[in-house]
Amino acid sequence: MDATIALFLVQDGILNGAIYALLAVALVLVFAVTRVILIPQGEFVAYGALTLAALEAGIVPGTVWLLAGLAPVAAALEFWRQRHGLDARRSGRIVLVDLVLPGALLSLAVALAPTKPAFPVAVLLTLALVAPLGPLLYRVAFQPLADAPVLVLLIVAVGVHLALTGLGLVFFGAEGMRTSPLSASMFSLGDLVVTGQSLAVVATSGALLLALWLFFDRTLIGKALRASAVNRIGARLVGIPTAMSGRLAFLMAAGIGAFSGILIGPVTTIYYDTGFLVGLKGFVAAIVGGLVSYPITVAAALVVGLVEAFASFGASAFKEVIVFMIILPVLLWRSLRGAPVEDED
Amino acid sequence: MSQRLLVLLFAAATLAFPFVPGVPEFWITLADYIGLFSLVALGLVVLTGVGGMTSFGQAAFVGFGAYTTAVMTLNWGVSPWLTLPVALAITALAALLIGAVTVRLSGHYLPLGTIAWGISIYYVFGNTPWLGAHDGLSGIPPLSIGTFALYDARAFYLVLWFVLAAALLATANLLNSRLGRGIRALRRGARAAEAFGIDTARAKLIVFVYAALLAALSGWLYAHFQRAVNPSAFGLNAGIEYLLMAVVGGAGSIPGALLGAAIVTILKDVLQDILPGLLGAAGNFETIVFGILLVVLLQTARDGLWPLVARLLPAPPPLPVPVAAPLPRRTLPPPGTPLVAVEAARKAFGGLTAVNDVSFTVHAGEIVGLIGPNGAGKSTTFNLITGMLRLTAGEVRFDGERIDGLPSQAIAARGIARTFQHVKLVPEMSVLENVALGAHLRGRAGMLRALLRLDRAEETQLLAEAARQLERVGLAEHMHRPAGALALGPLRLAEIARALCLDPTLLLLDEPAAGLRHREKQALADLLRRLRGEGLGIVLVEHDMDFVMGLTDRLVVLDFGVKIAEGAPAAVRNDPAVVEAYLGGVA
Repeated sequence: MDATIALFLVQDGILNGAIYALLAVALVLVFAVTRVILIPQGEFVAYGALTLAALEAGIVPGTVWLLAGLAPVAAALEFWRQRHGLDARRSGRIVLVDLVLPGALLSLAVALAPTKPAFPVAVLLTLALVAPLGPLLYRVAFQPLADAPVLVLLIVAVGVHLALTGLGLVFFGAEGMRTSPLSASMFSLGDLVVTGQSLAVVATSGALLLALWLFFDRTLIGKALRASAVNRIGARLVGIPTAMSGRLAFLMAAGIGAFSGILIGPVTTIYYDTGFLVGLKGFVAAIVGGLVSYPITVAAALVVGLVEAFASFGASAFKEVIVFMIILPVLLWRSLRGAPVEDED
Repeated sequence: MSQRLLVLLFAAATLAFPFVPGVPEFWITLADYIGLFSLVALGLVVLTGVGGMTSFGQAAFVGFGAYTTAVMTLNWGVSPWLTLPVALAITALAALLIGAVTVRLSGHYLPLGTIAWGISIYYVFGNTPWLGAHDGLSGIPPLSIGTFALYDARAFYLVLWFVLAAALLATANLLNSRLGRGIRALRRGARAAEAFGIDTARAKLIVFVYAALLAALSGWLYAHFQRAVNPSAFGLNAGIEYLLMAVVGGAGSIPGALLGAAIVTILKDVLQDILPGLLGAAGNFETIVFGILLVVLLQTARDGLWPLVARLLPAPPPLPVPVAAPLPRRTLPPPGTPLVAVEAARKAFGGLTAVNDVSFTVHAGEIVGLIGPNGAGKSTTFNLITGMLRLTAGEVRFDGERIDGLPSQAIAARGIARTFQHVKLVPEMSVLENVALGAHLRGRAGMLRALLRLDRAEETQLLAEAARQLERVGLAEHMHRPAGALALGPLRLAEIARALCLDPTLLLLDEPAAGLRHREKQALADLLRRLRGEGLGIVLVEHDMDFVMGLTDRLVVLDFGVKIAEGAPAAVRNDPAVVEAYLGGVA
């Protein structure tokens, strides 16, 4: 391996690492607020990339049908949950948020798709279609179990992952797709060719991570989210609606996932089931950070990206094995620091 | 109709099924798959439902069994029957290595760990040339008995269901044994199990390897049934499907494994027939339904479907009270012999010193009361003596020998038994079984004897001992009820019975009278006096001062981790420092 290849691998590693960092931060956020280990995080990535690819091809993306299917279920559950104390205002709100809004999105997508909308429009539409899936899934699958043990929530998350992967095949087919790059420019630094795409990925993910930090550190909603992460009951007592926090966390996770898909779509061919592996690599990073620490998580994500890049050069067949084996010593270390014997509650 | 008859009827129906005229060949094949998957699901029942370790990686162990026999029969022409021990041995070794890391993972880290190695092993299978890489291996010979090759799904069926029946029986035996009680306590009573001499880390590893071996057995059969193997059957999705079977059936019960495997296998087949037509394309659409099923099931019936079926079955007959010759007892030291000596014991949690240079000694044949306001460090002192917490400084000696630093099991083996302030009994186990856990160290039967049911004589002795101790604390009538059905007072008495099952020299009781009614308190005091008469040393943490004053020979008073007084009850009662600690200073 010479310096040029090494530099190329570093570039590749940082590019992927930036994506893993975004996903890992979303995983930490969701776990902290809801105690859900969000196995389906990767599906949002695949859905994001493939929705954009469909829009670019002038096809109505299957995502709209998932939206159309989930929204009424969520609305029905909401009516049931609020059945005592339902008035015209509340009913109207449910109808507006859960039926009218998704309906409008659906109509917009169906109307715009065949016109092959301009790239920025397609990106915005993709985010608007995928991000709401997060809170909808939270309300349908997880919220009824909000007080269940972490293990039960984990198995539910695996169930959601299974269903989303299966639906992904129905919506997008078995073919892999690539989307247009954010930037097609290229320039060289010595021997190294730097693509505008990789700069764009690193810059946008960096900006997004910064924005997230500002959000948690400076805004009231961000602080409320952190509060419900630390103590659900305490947060509820001081008037923070924890169900709302859960929805918000899932909205952000799905949005970040879809955005990551848009970033990664031009450099990797995305299949309906690609997201799972991508998401799991975000997991490796999130677990290194103990599902708590944002800075350690981001650093670990970059390490995962670099290890993966070098492993794919040195032992490409065993790339995945190497990446996932990183996690075991970390898990062990995390466990040994905890209590030696514990009882399930 | 008795339960035994039902089981026999079910077995007869299963045996007769392939010979019923008109049963399509395809149904038999499906039943073969149900049997194969049941084996893996059965492992998950023990591992996840009973042992509390959720694994998404069982399919990898199925792969170990399948690939071992595939490689050996194809490359070296070894008879399939001879590859079975090798397949099991290789899997056991792999499971020991993987398990050594996995069972030490706590909480949600454990299932995440199984996902990590589950995926990794799949990629190793798929990228290893001599395992046929992603294409796998084909042309594996069928099993044969003499010269009769089991090509036919009907012939294979008999072998398979015979193996499965043996596995079901062995697993039931295992869970109903001395070791099985330890395994059943892993999920919700691990700390108590440790306190009665069960090495929980070892028990977890045993369960892990056992589940892996059942999976490997299934893989070995699978390879000779399919006569081809490829990695996709051993990946993470397959692992998730196995877990789905356990969850659907009811991960806590042995019949649940069969029920879950049957439902998922039949459903998958039906869905694979219907869905592609409905959706107008080919693909694994059943995963959509499975995913939704998993979510809905956990929302509505978290214990799976077997409990719903079990409700329709006749109730089991009332169990007899076990009777057997008493177990040998240890000889107690003569009254007045020093038993445990706590010397300048200190425990600091960060900046808080919960126990601060406390010293006291307990002798055989006396009752010592350890009292003090809330947060004085009484329970912490118990935890230091029993090895549940490590000392920051100081010593604990028992019979002259240092025991601080020893694991809980070793301390229990020396005859120190305890009860817990927050009752630690396994709610789904019967009171009798919970109490018998206390006699763990007085039995010897291990895994093999349990599986083959060769432990019955000893088992009866242990259960009879438990019954005797329950009688002593006045709970005989409740012995066959699940512990979860008892009120707090009886639960505390059951904990005392469990402690007595250890045949202790020293008894540590943490608030034994809390939640007891007046009469029950009197009975408890009588019992403790009798035990003192037998020569036991007893330490009592208790807030009921009437109870303490009337019963104890000596009091040790703690306040904020410091010993503020020690002596006869009457003297301590008038000690100004004690009065101040309990009632506050007079301004």
